[in-house]
Amino acid sequence: MTDNAVELREVVKEFNTPEGGVLAAVDHVNLEIKDGEFFSLLGPSGCGKTTTLRLIAGFEIPTSGAIRIRGKEMGPVPAFKRPVNTVFQQYALFPHMNVEQNVGFGLEMKGVARPERSKRVSEALGLVRLMGMEMRKPKQLSGGQQQRVALARALINKPEVLLLDEPLGALDLKLRKEMQLELKTLQREVGITFIYVTHDQEEALTMSDRIAVMNKGVTLQVGAPEAIYERPANRFVADFIGETNFIDGQVLDQTGNMVTMDVPGTARLQIQTSRFFARGQSVSVTVRPEKLRLNTDLPGGNRLVGRLEDVIYIGTDTHFGVRFSGGQKVRVREQNVTYDKLKLPKTGDEVSVAFKVDDARLLTE
Amino acid sequence: MIGSLLRRSKNLQLAGLISPGALWLLLFFNLPLLIVLFISFVERGRAGGIQVPPVYTLRNYLQFLNSCSTAYSGPDCDPFLYLGIFGGSVRIAAIVTLWCILLGYPLAYFIAHSPARWRDSLMLLVIIPFWTNFLVRTYALKSVLGADGMINAALMNLGVVARPLEMLFNDFGVVVGLIYGYIPFAILPMYASIEKFDESLMEAAADLGANPRRAFWRVMLPMTLPGVIAAFVLVFVPVVGAFITPEIMGGGKVEMIATLINRQFSTARNWPFGSAMSLVLMLLVLIAVVIYFRSGDESSRRAM
Repeated sequence: MTDNAVELREVVKEFNTPEGGVLAAVDHVNLEIKDGEFFSLLGPSGCGKTTTLRLIAGFEIPTSGAIRIRGKEMGPVPAFKRPVNTVFQQYALFPHMNVEQNVGFGLEMKGVARPERSKRVSEALGLVRLMGMEMRKPKQLSGGQQQRVALARALINKPEVLLLDEPLGALDLKLRKEMQLELKTLQREVGITFIYVTHDQEEALTMSDRIAVMNKGVTLQVGAPEAIYERPANRFVADFIGETNFIDGQVLDQTGNMVTMDVPGTARLQIQTSRFFARGQSVSVTVRPEKLRLNTDLPGGNRLVGRLEDVIYIGTDTHFGVRFSGGQKVRVREQNVTYDKLKLPKTGDEVSVAFKVDDARLLTE
Repeated sequence: MIGSLLRRSKNLQLAGLISPGALWLLLFFNLPLLIVLFISFVERGRAGGIQVPPVYTLRNYLQFLNSCSTAYSGPDCDPFLYLGIFGGSVRIAAIVTLWCILLGYPLAYFIAHSPARWRDSLMLLVIIPFWTNFLVRTYALKSVLGADGMINAALMNLGVVARPLEMLFNDFGVVVGLIYGYIPFAILPMYASIEKFDESLMEAAADLGANPRRAFWRVMLPMTLPGVIAAFVLVFVPVVGAFITPEIMGGGKVEMIATLINRQFSTARNWPFGSAMSLVLMLLVLIAVVIYFRSGDESSRRAM
């Protein structure tokens, strides 16, 4: 048997647009989500991540393809019979029921007797640190508390998979940061597979074991946070996750896994890669601002010379904007390990920018 | 002079603003009501109206509770005649209200879940009958249900029935007529409730293992109950005192409160008894309205 909690095979979901066209919100998506994993679906709004989640929950029926939960085909299984529970974006707590009735709803549907039910409700509320709130109505709770009730209401049913649809979206920044860590801890405690939908790349990086980056209904890259950040598969992923620079040019030559690339009017760069590129092919190199060093030579690394256009001091770091003679511009982030104002280069100075051959990624698209 | 006086006193300003409306209500609503109250406690006149000078009595109310309490009652008198008619009206109103809700709720649901661009047109179809005179609509329905009406003609031509079904001049005809006339009053408030209802709550219920039926009873119905209760009051109150429909669809064979009251002021020439029954009807309606407001408080308290 498979140890995948959820499997998506060539799943397509098409919607009719008001203009009479057909839009594939989810376009041939394949995913294998492992048992006990904290898996995030990350992408901009409209990328199909929420639709993917709703397909797993059973709120939407796929146009084609197969969805399996614990190896069991979910095609003909209606939402109310699926072994998954959802934490909704706006929580969708029942306003006419108190916290105890809300949290106990799933058990009530399963026919669990009242004494057993209230015992398990107390346990679930303990898990999310909401003891003593049983008699409150959702409207009498703060946003963060409602969020916890929604979490308890889902977790009490001990689902195979917990689906979370941007559950922290409505909270303020500080509370969101707290809840991120709390959710991660909770997930480890209960050992349930979490599928987490978010458009916040930082949130996804912080919490996930693995991330699927989606855009326009397609999964662009699936991998661990480090892999997604350090080895983006394409321009969209590199750009969407964190801050990055793109330097455009043409391939001059490839020897083994080392590509020599020409950046017009600027320099030649050496980039390490595991792929094969044709001579003359247009490529971009992506390199993170913190991987670039200002006025520091790295042995065996790349070095470009340009003019400093702006210097932005933001406390922990200083950001520099450097424009090369060919016209392209990069941002460099230097940590303010020590601060010496006199040593900082000034706007208009000629500076060098260096990076290691394996700190950059060569992309074709 | 008056201007400076008004500027000085807030209470005077308030009185000035309220008085036209208050005067209007007093003159055209409260005063006639007081006249009815007065008439209900005096002896009847020989040829209608009241006896002058007025003779005060509780006889009219006693007659309502026990129809044999008058001097004219014969040996086979039914003491519960009037109470029975009131009870019958409440029964018909209850049946009509129930049907209006049972038929109106799915329709309201259907309209609320139609594509947005159709919703207004569908609601218009519900409202359009209001633009036609109620009397005309009732006569139209009468001709449809009649012995040689459309339905009977169709059924007989198809050989389903040999003789025309009796759908007029009985409770059935009156109930159908009242449902037809008053169902928009049920649909409108229920539509308002259902349209406001957050559909994601149904998904949440399904997600937690509730099949569609249980999700409806545990989540959707309780959440849309204010609309159902409003529908109940908006239909029950006018139907229990309905006059035109029982008169036309009942053809004089179905007696309801309003037709009974009407008779006291016309052929029976017993104004005091008619007045007394009007006030009893008002009391009945008042009770229904109080139930409504109570439940409104309850649901708003629950929503807190």
